[in-house]
Amino acid sequence: MQLFMRTAHELHDLMMKKEISAEELSKAVFDRIESAEDKIGAFITRTTENAFKRARAVDRQIQSGEKIVPLAGIPLAIKDNICTSGILTTAGSKILSNFVPPYSATVVERFDAAGAAMVGKTNLDEFAMGSSTENSAFFVTRNPWNTSKVPGGSSGGSAAAVAAGEAVCALGSDTGGSIRQPASFCGVVGMKPTYGAVSRYGLIAYASSLDQIGPLARDVTDCALMMNVICGHDQLDSTSAQYQAQDYTGFLRDDVRGMRFGVPEEYMAEGIDPAVRAVIIKAMERLESLGAIVEYTTLPHTEYALPTYYMIAPAEASSNLARYDGVRYGIRAEDAEDVIDMFMKTRSKGFGNEVKRRIMLGTYALSAGYYDAYYLKALKVRTLIKEDFDRAFEKYDLLLSPVSPTTAFRIGEKTDDPLQMYLSDVCTISVNLAGIPGISIPCGFVDGMPVGLQLMGRHFDEGTLLRAAYTFEQNTDYHKHYPEL
Amino acid sequence: MPQYETVIGLEVHIELKTRSKIFCNSTTEFGGEPNTHVCPVCLGLPGVLPVVNKKVVEYAIRAALALNCEIAEFSKFDRKNYYYPDMPKNYQISQYDLPIAQHGCLEIDTENGPRKIGITRLHMEEDTGKLVHQGTITTTPFSLVDYNRAGVPLIEIVSEPDLRSPEEARQYIEKMRAIILYTGVSDCKMEEGSLRCDANISVRPMGMEGLGTKTEIKNLNSFKSLLKSLSYEVERQIETLEEGGRIIQETRTWDEAKGVTLSMRSKEQAHDYRYLPDPDLVPMEIDRNWVDDIRRSLPELPDERKERYVEEYGLPAYDAAILTNTKELADYFEVCVKAWPNPKAVSNWIMGDLTRLLNSSGQEITGCKIAPENLASLLRLIDKGTISGKIAKNVFEEMFTSGRDAESIVKEKGLLQISDESAIIAIVDEVLAKNPGPVDDFKAGKERALGFLVGQVMKASKGKANPEMVNKLLREKL
Repeated sequence: MQLFMRTAHELHDLMMKKEISAEELSKAVFDRIESAEDKIGAFITRTTENAFKRARAVDRQIQSGEKIVPLAGIPLAIKDNICTSGILTTAGSKILSNFVPPYSATVVERFDAAGAAMVGKTNLDEFAMGSSTENSAFFVTRNPWNTSKVPGGSSGGSAAAVAAGEAVCALGSDTGGSIRQPASFCGVVGMKPTYGAVSRYGLIAYASSLDQIGPLARDVTDCALMMNVICGHDQLDSTSAQYQAQDYTGFLRDDVRGMRFGVPEEYMAEGIDPAVRAVIIKAMERLESLGAIVEYTTLPHTEYALPTYYMIAPAEASSNLARYDGVRYGIRAEDAEDVIDMFMKTRSKGFGNEVKRRIMLGTYALSAGYYDAYYLKALKVRTLIKEDFDRAFEKYDLLLSPVSPTTAFRIGEKTDDPLQMYLSDVCTISVNLAGIPGISIPCGFVDGMPVGLQLMGRHFDEGTLLRAAYTFEQNTDYHKHYPEL
Repeated sequence: MPQYETVIGLEVHIELKTRSKIFCNSTTEFGGEPNTHVCPVCLGLPGVLPVVNKKVVEYAIRAALALNCEIAEFSKFDRKNYYYPDMPKNYQISQYDLPIAQHGCLEIDTENGPRKIGITRLHMEEDTGKLVHQGTITTTPFSLVDYNRAGVPLIEIVSEPDLRSPEEARQYIEKMRAIILYTGVSDCKMEEGSLRCDANISVRPMGMEGLGTKTEIKNLNSFKSLLKSLSYEVERQIETLEEGGRIIQETRTWDEAKGVTLSMRSKEQAHDYRYLPDPDLVPMEIDRNWVDDIRRSLPELPDERKERYVEEYGLPAYDAAILTNTKELADYFEVCVKAWPNPKAVSNWIMGDLTRLLNSSGQEITGCKIAPENLASLLRLIDKGTISGKIAKNVFEEMFTSGRDAESIVKEKGLLQISDESAIIAIVDEVLAKNPGPVDDFKAGKERALGFLVGQVMKASKGKANPEMVNKLLREKL
């Protein structure tokens, strides 16, 4: 197998055995980027020099007999809404098309400390608002399994990079499914950790109470290794939880005997492509055959998840995005008459349609006279949705569902119909509203396109999630399929 | 013309003097080259997050307790959304429906005795930056922004509409300032903007229950402008009503140069702040033990101290009020009284000569060169009759400028009082011989002539003769 298609833990072993060097690995990945990027378009910025510098440093460590940490020298892609000191960080937006942050996100600092070799910054829907990466202000990213299809979104660049061998693993961010849905569309593993498990410091905010950074990887083991790096309290983020960081690889046991899986019937109902449903049912049977207990259950407020999300997320976004006014950084409209005119022209030119749509939606929801009926009501429904999960987790260890109602759709198919686009997140959004962890793992194909299986767990119970995902992976081979490019 | 009653409520912003800003580590120091006291957080760069400075919460609680407020058990921060270039995020992190403290009061002295003024709420928020213009705001070709002040912690204290005159408003602010200075959480310098004030004001016919339509006056940056603008606004509102007009609910700004308030924006143009709980900050549960600790650490506050001065030192309420107005002056007074336990004498010197000299030289009591024990020894010299009261005033001025002690000044300048009878008699005889006219006047029954003669003796002795003895000896001779 090509080097660039191997997992991080395999590559680590090869490096330790001195069969390959980190520099050779980086070279293999950049050669792949060179050949694949025209077809895929995963990267907004490549950080070639950075990657090789890192790789050589790791090689020196290996040469001098030092033990290196698991992700040292591993080519890593970072979604372009995560700040990287001295490196362009655009959030996929024209308004930040010249923004070079003077600081790095906490997760970037942690990967730096772990010696990972950042290869570049990946494309995304502008400010992480979208489900196809078509809302990027720069270009469209294509699905490596079929380049006429979308990679999903908003972390489409990260998912496509990992699937296409342009990076071994990647960081994404997930506000309503933005890691899990592209992971599902591109046939890789993607995890949204519990809200508060990973520092948000340096993540360009979309909806602060929902945003969470998480890993995209080739398999569950790599996912656990990445979790080891990024999880844990950060004093720069008040919402990051005070909890003991743990070794998630300790949960990777091939055993789901007696584990109870609930399948919310609302997630398997009308609207789910029957072919996708069939793949999920097959996965349920597989888990049962491995000794798990799999039952249908209910999350009765599921139908309100999407409207609740589209009140809360845009409301927060309307406030979070107010700072992009052309005064301090980013682009500024030059032909303004006064400061208000400058604000309006800068924002009119700088933001794309979907971002404007959500700012307007959120501004409206927070306005005097509408606040109680919209925003406050949405917060109450959010509590009901959380309670649905609390009740389900009294009975089940994990919940199971499809990640998305369909496999990857064609580029352009839904761009004129925002509601259809929003519906592709219907299975993932509740997880963010409830703040619980969720993972997408490859579980089959429909017409040659990957299908993702979603597992959802209790707050801070990533361990159980990883154990179940690992067991499923060990007993199937979907993760071993790679797209032909 | 009906009698009108004035109704005023004040919103006071006070900068807290914590070392670092409310949500980041940048310094709060005043001044500094523009945009040097900043970091990614207070500049609101993409992706940064605020973290509450615990000291700010402590200081806010401290101020709130001093203002007799109830401290919330549960409090949170909210975002107040509006666009302005001096605000890095285009929202201000403030507190909306769950402020840190509510239901306080402070007492002011009015013509009709002391009165409690209600404090509705006290909340924490971040300050904004400052716009800098070339020339005036209307003619400048561009604006510059200095974010040094952005993120400096503020408390906003909102009063009930309990104030009934501009003078009461001034008293309220002075009292508030005195109390906050005692707590040590702010230096309350109006000229540096660390104490700022907006006023809500309306008038109503005497005896009316409800409130008249109010206006809000902004930009009051001195006690003088507060008093002048409110007085102007009372007149303006009454005049408008008398002419059959209507008060428009609006925000007005005080034009110091012209001495008028001017309309800024009407209610219809008022901002919709679209408050929302700040999702970047977790709600705070305020530990009762912590509140108790802060309460215990509060110093004796002006009102208690004033009462004690009346009871313990037997001072008139007037003296007690002035002495306790600032903690520093009161501390000075108490050290003096310890060294010279005659509170009224100490009070007279502090309120009289010392205050006069401090004011004329623009000094604060903290910089005063007269050490309390030196003032005490001066009073001892007077008491023993070593120097006269008149000489003491000169000695005091010398002490104030040089910082030297009274005894060495008296010794060096030979200012000892003459209490030797024979020495005084010699001078008396001389004066009587030189002034036959006044002598005759006195003998004809004109008492006033004696005063002249005393003065002449004192003058001849360069003020050193003991005045009581001069009096006595003159009467005997005459």
